Amino acid sequence: MSDAVQEKIKNYRTAPFDARFPNTNQTRNCFQNYLDFHRCNKVLSAKDQDTAPCDWYRRVYKSLCPISWVQKWDDQIEAGSFPGKI
Amino acid sequence: MAHPSQLGFQDAASPVMEELLHFHDHALMIVFLISTLVLYIIVAMVTTKLTNKFILDSQEIEIIWTLLPAIILILIALPSLRILYLMDEINDPHLTIKAMGHRWYWSYEYTDYEDLGFDSYMIPTQDLAPGQFRLLETDHRMVVPVESPIRILISAEDVLHSWAVPSLGVKMDAVPGRLNQTAFIASRPGVFYGQCSEICGANHSFMPIVVEAVPLEHFENWSSLMLEDA
Repeated sequence: MSDAVQEKIKNYRTAPFDARFPNTNQTRNCFQNYLDFHRCNKVLSAKDQDTAPCDWYRRVYKSLCPISWVQKWDDQIEAGSFPGKI
Repeated sequence: MAHPSQLGFQDAASPVMEELLHFHDHALMIVFLISTLVLYIIVAMVTTKLTNKFILDSQEIEIIWTLLPAIILILIALPSLRILYLMDEINDPHLTIKAMGHRWYWSYEYTDYEDLGFDSYMIPTQDLAPGQFRLLETDHRMVVPVESPIRILISAEDVLHSWAVPSLGVKMDAVPGRLNQTAFIASRPGVFYGQCSEICGANHSFMPIVVEAVPLEHFENWSSLMLEDA
């Protein structure tokens, strides 16, 4: 994993400002990071690479997404009914 | 918190609220001046015996009472827009907290590092300790570090609620399925009260919000203790 990414994850304080989601409604910010974490995991595991860089997305979605939403989505992924594309 | 016979705002506990307070003073002063002037003119018109039947027009006064209101409006608009853009600045928060509205309590989640979540119910009147405030106290307070920019994400699990703390100058609707972001900085340590601000059923008036701003070390101790208790 590149040093820059490692530094960023090590010094993580909270989800930084994301210019893709500049407004009050942060719903998509939470959902996008959740998706990106699972997609990152899927792609890197498929290539048998270290999935540590995906940790950034995990930290961000954990900061932003309500616990109940994450639980619901995790259950949906397990049941195969998750509506997002991973 | 609010006190009996209060007329003005609660003391500001955040820089934004200070600005809002000062702007309100400024705008209200203008309102008082205009109202006094109008009241004086009305009284003067009503109580005079003088009459003048020959005035047809007056360019000068027309100019004055067009220009002066325009200037006054600009004097109100400029500080107003300044504060509006100040509130819209890009923040660099130190901490993210989620406030979820339920029927009829708030739950707070601190998930930047560990998964800390707890519910915050109003303390019923019969269980209050001496000195506590009726309908405002909660069993668990939302503790925040003082002088740190805090991002707060507000949502709801059932119906519409609204998270409001007047002394911090914060109010944001809690909408199910939506994550609304706002930010504040607690400028001083203290306890700040608020109440649910969107009608949500029978106990809408009984789900208050209490924010406690403490120095960082105290915040870290508190969060470790809360994690152990959970």
